[in-house]
Amino acid sequence: MKSTSTMNRLSLPLKIWTYSLLWLTAFIMLAPLFWSVMTALKPNAEIFKAPYIINPATLSFKSFADVFQQAPFLLYFLNTLKITLSCTIGVALTSALAGYAFARLQFPGRDFLFMVYLATMMIPRQVTLVPMFMLMKQFGLIDNHLSLILPGLFSAFGTFLLRQFFLTVPADYDEAAKIDGCGVFRRFTLIMLPFAKATIATLILLTFMAVWNDFLYPMVFLNSEVERTLTMGLAIFRGDADVQWNILMAAVIISNIPILAAFLSTQRFVISGVSLSGGIKG
Amino acid sequence: MTLSSKTRDAIAGYIFILPNMIGFLLFLAFPVAASLFLSAAEWNLITEPIFVGINNFIALFQDSYFWQCLRNTAYFSLFSVLLGIGISLFLAVLLKNPSIVLSSFLKSTIFLPVIFSSVSVALIWQWIFDTHVGMLNHILAYVRLGPVPWLTDPHWSMPSVIIVAVWRQIGYNMVIFLAALQGVPQELYEAAEIDGARPLRKFWNVTWPMISPSTFFVLVTSIINSFQVFDITTVLTNGGPANSTNTIIMMVYQYAFQNFKMGYASAAAYVLFAIVLIITAFQNLVSKRWVHT
Repeated sequence: MKSTSTMNRLSLPLKIWTYSLLWLTAFIMLAPLFWSVMTALKPNAEIFKAPYIINPATLSFKSFADVFQQAPFLLYFLNTLKITLSCTIGVALTSALAGYAFARLQFPGRDFLFMVYLATMMIPRQVTLVPMFMLMKQFGLIDNHLSLILPGLFSAFGTFLLRQFFLTVPADYDEAAKIDGCGVFRRFTLIMLPFAKATIATLILLTFMAVWNDFLYPMVFLNSEVERTLTMGLAIFRGDADVQWNILMAAVIISNIPILAAFLSTQRFVISGVSLSGGIKG
Repeated sequence: MTLSSKTRDAIAGYIFILPNMIGFLLFLAFPVAASLFLSAAEWNLITEPIFVGINNFIALFQDSYFWQCLRNTAYFSLFSVLLGIGISLFLAVLLKNPSIVLSSFLKSTIFLPVIFSSVSVALIWQWIFDTHVGMLNHILAYVRLGPVPWLTDPHWSMPSVIIVAVWRQIGYNMVIFLAALQGVPQELYEAAEIDGARPLRKFWNVTWPMISPSTFFVLVTSIINSFQVFDITTVLTNGGPANSTNTIIMMVYQYAFQNFKMGYASAAAYVLFAIVLIITAFQNLVSKRWVHT
């Protein structure tokens, strides 16, 4: 029935329009990325010369080497990796625990606490910028990665996502294990967690992307060059005088390779995760 | 161990939410309360804070720089949200058709900019927007247009920022809309076809009401996010030229961490919070008229 519906059969002019618009959009999405790669592969003398597409005879990888010479991008990379991995693992753990408790364990005040929690998802994170800075100053954590890691271990969104997921797991599994004498902790780790694998993977990827790409908080909490993250390092690198465009584009490419690799190998999860977040109704 | 399983569950429940609650109290509840308190103080981080009541807010509303940042933010928000939703919904409707060849490739490609940091995206576009050697003006020159001073003219700077934000955002929205479109029962379209409905009519009478909860979600989150724009404007234009792309969060950043006016910056952040809250509450109210549940 589905395939015979006229919905699926486009008339020829409509088909031409649909394909033209979709491929034009794909082109607009790819062209800037393509051009940044082309620029990075040019030697200094060729950057401002037309044609803007690379001349294979002058292809050069020198700008990639120059990036590491002009700024410690390897260090920025390791800093970012450390912060991102810590936050991602933390969020997965705390969200799974709290999500399970909010969905499946009975305790006084649970639903009230959850409502308060949900309401805080609406608060723009930037509102807390100034007090967070003071708090970290009190803790002596300014210019320390812990100032980014500690608040990054929790996520109201992650807790909500996992709670909604655990609600969909049939209660029978939990009940049966309970009758068999399984304690709460074993029920959680052995029975519920395996069900939640895909949702946790989604949460991990979304968190990874958000932390990896964060800019405002590193700018506020970190100062010294050795502590910088990639986004911060990139922005400051740009601000330095005399940076050549080919070297800057090489730096952009280098700093995005991990996230691109993560996306290409897991795009199914990323895209399903985004659709999942849109399906949540408050 | 004579505790009933009910009691043990309750104890476990508290233990399970404990890490999250600590984080919540320390890094969200406390800062939100503290920033309200700070907004009523004058403080430069060195001397003792002085209580000034609502003076920060009064000064803020008389500050022409604040109004300019607010106008810029509203300008950015209005166009980036409307274009970001309109274009992505249109693309989702086109891509939803199962007969489209390579639809998953197209979907991934359009989604691709979402994964890159806004700092990287802003740097790439800064190069593209370059008035003399940028790719965009080079292409426009072929059709005898330009050169357009994308980032150097106060009239063009905000549209340029909006272009970049929309370019980065539409893939995200599109994926949410695609999921919503997938959930519309095929029978509804078939029934509409039997009644002789044309494509545009089918969209307005079937698709639009059926996906309205997702549209509402995208609208609310887009507005909240757009009011917090900082990364793109900082890197692409650094607020310029002539402050034409300075935004509220940039102003908060400048006052707090460049001029060390902590109280004043907190007051500005609170005004932003209040605006977002009012818009969201208003949308919630109006949503009853158009969101189908």
